[in-house]
Amino acid sequence: MDWTRILTNVAGEIIAPTTAAYALAAIGLNVHFGLTGLLNFGQAGFMLLGAYGFAISTIAGYPIWVALLIAIACAVIFALILGIPTLKLRGDYLAIVTIAAAEIVRIVGRSTAMTGLTGASSGLRGNSYKESFQALSPFPDGTTDVGPLSYSNNASNSWWIRIVGWALVALACLLVWRLMNSPWGRVLKGIREDEDAVRSLGKNVYAYKMQSLVLGGVIGAVAGIVYVLPRAVQPDSMGRPMTFFVWTILLLGGAATVFGPVLGSMIFWAALMLIKTVMRSAVPPDIMRTEQIEQFGWIVVGVTLMLLVIFRPQGMLGDKKELAINVR
Amino acid sequence: MRPHATTDRSPTARALLLALVLSALASLGVLVAPAGTAHAAATACVADPTTGCVTGTLRTAGGQPAVGVEITVDGPGGSTTATSGADGRWSAAATEAGEYSVTVDESTLPEGETLRDPANNPRTVTVTLGTSAGALFPFGQPTGGGAAAPTPAPGDDSADAGQGAEPGVDTAPVDSAGGAGGVTWGRVAQQALAGLVFGSLLALASIGLSLIFGTTGLSNFAHGEQVTLGGILAYVGVQTLGLPLLVAGALAVLLAGVSGWLQDKFLWHPLRRRRVGMTQQLIVTIGLAIALQYTYQFFFGASSLRITTANPESIRFGPVFITQQSLTSVIIAAVVLAGVAYFLVATRTGRATRAVSDNPALAAASGISVERIIRLVWTFGAALAGLGGVLMGLYLNATSWNMGGTLLLLMFAAVTLGGLGTAFGALVGSLVIGLVVEMSNLVIPSDMRYAGALVILILILLFRPQGILGRAERIG
Repeated sequence: MDWTRILTNVAGEIIAPTTAAYALAAIGLNVHFGLTGLLNFGQAGFMLLGAYGFAISTIAGYPIWVALLIAIACAVIFALILGIPTLKLRGDYLAIVTIAAAEIVRIVGRSTAMTGLTGASSGLRGNSYKESFQALSPFPDGTTDVGPLSYSNNASNSWWIRIVGWALVALACLLVWRLMNSPWGRVLKGIREDEDAVRSLGKNVYAYKMQSLVLGGVIGAVAGIVYVLPRAVQPDSMGRPMTFFVWTILLLGGAATVFGPVLGSMIFWAALMLIKTVMRSAVPPDIMRTEQIEQFGWIVVGVTLMLLVIFRPQGMLGDKKELAINVR
Repeated sequence: MRPHATTDRSPTARALLLALVLSALASLGVLVAPAGTAHAAATACVADPTTGCVTGTLRTAGGQPAVGVEITVDGPGGSTTATSGADGRWSAAATEAGEYSVTVDESTLPEGETLRDPANNPRTVTVTLGTSAGALFPFGQPTGGGAAAPTPAPGDDSADAGQGAEPGVDTAPVDSAGGAGGVTWGRVAQQALAGLVFGSLLALASIGLSLIFGTTGLSNFAHGEQVTLGGILAYVGVQTLGLPLLVAGALAVLLAGVSGWLQDKFLWHPLRRRRVGMTQQLIVTIGLAIALQYTYQFFFGASSLRITTANPESIRFGPVFITQQSLTSVIIAAVVLAGVAYFLVATRTGRATRAVSDNPALAAASGISVERIIRLVWTFGAALAGLGGVLMGLYLNATSWNMGGTLLLLMFAAVTLGGLGTAFGALVGSLVIGLVVEMSNLVIPSDMRYAGALVILILILLFRPQGILGRAERIG
């Protein structure tokens, strides 16, 4: 077994743009669930909308900043549409509505009727919207090696997207850290623990929940952009499984913590890569085919999520006393 | 809290009426059916920055590959002729982007085959360089463009992480031009009946979901996998073990019920005893759903599995068509639903079930063994979901690892619409959702029809969160 190659793969996965994108999405979900106690099961919908908003407006010829603003606007509108009917209802209703809304976005996006706009189920090719992002890169063309890791400077799966992605993660962490310790964040935590108590203090719970939903959704939309920049916008790769993986990441790292989502994302993808590469070299193909190893990895994810929630709901970094996972 | 005996009165009456209507409909047999298949497919033409592809897979109404059919692709880049290969696949390259007209030479079709929607031949396809555009021509009885048979397509090569195409979502887009076929009474009738078939099968799957929520408070996101389990077990029974369909189906339902019993015994009962909160349990169901979906994929792959490969025979009733298979399915569904209704209304255990569903604490105080009822609900709920899966697999012409996952949200829509936790609400809600899904075909593209049902779900929560049959109470 070639451990150097395996460890290189795993190390590469820790800093991969996908890992950064999932960390960002989990940070957004952390604002919803960890801080406010909202059961948002439609985070992939926010991500897909952000990706569509960015890609479609870039293809239409708008500069990158406008495209970014459009992506954010999509997420804000989506959050408002979701929040108005459901934030007054019980938690599991929000869960059903958000998951349904995310599915609506995906089903409409992949519909053949939308081929002109979204490319239907084959999606939008990365090259059609990457240009403006890559043009911002200060690096010369070519590839750079850092230790055993070698990526191109600017093209597709590049150092540039890694740097931007992780910078955004750092920024989002800073934001969440400041918010958690602000009066606004304390109201959110109050809502999570006891909505009625906060209401009796004269706070407008509904408005606070809505602000939280919008903020987390916007972070999710930015995560969606980071996710699609090294690849294509594929509606089917951004469906319910993506939302569930973001949840697993959040609960793995620890909800209601600043670094939990980041740590969770790194461990999630590194562990998955470790399982896959080790099994590929250790398990003969007549026992498990390559795609079965892939699927085995996801089975492990599912079982991990179950065990985690039952036995260690606070995750790796969380404080059990801090987070009562049961929202009403 | 009113005593449950009186709260039951009106839903009971309505449900009995419904069961009657259902059986009447079934015996009239005014029902629709899927026929034919269509597949989005990968190809021999490889899309690159200077080439676009037009591709498709042709299958006979029985699902066999249609070999040797000639297709002409005509457009700005010139005219190309392609012939479908041994697997029914064809592809044509186009070197210029633009609108292409794709024509099937009907004289080259296999013996006895016709296009299901002749009006869509030739059809127009927009080709973009560097991508593949699909052009699907489903075969079967001409239906006037109405009943797009929801047929699962095989795994979509372009999607990553093993995402397959979804049963029911990826339908043959014979009317994907936004209902351009025009709304005629014949089409309306056809779609309404398709909706009733689909709704009654959905009802089988949803009752367990609703009762489990009612008795335990759990929103079970893994319920869809119980449906898939039924379909897959039937597939194994028929295709691997060579059992007759009826035996395999019965066995699948039995095993699905056993799986429900085991699940409650070894997972949910201990969790309830540990007093693990509802939100935690909800996330556990999601973990279970992920694990089960990929377990199915691990053993059976991501492609669609046809429970029976026989060519379903169609029967014509006035303006509408139904296959023999769907007719049988819907009769079974109606009988079983009537049985469930009888059980819930007229037997002691059934009444106890509704009492627990209404108010577990009160039921326990009046001497009902709540845990025993919950175990029963899990067992029968899973068995009904399994039956729903078997019949749904026959109705959709195939099952696959994500069939239940795709249907799950429709089931949630159905039980929310009917009133979460009420058994009869699930029935009413399912029929409404079934009708909405199939009827929306008339006005929106068929691959968006599930979205229509989900929009309704959100609207209900906005205006009547307790559902049609639910009691008005503060929710939240």
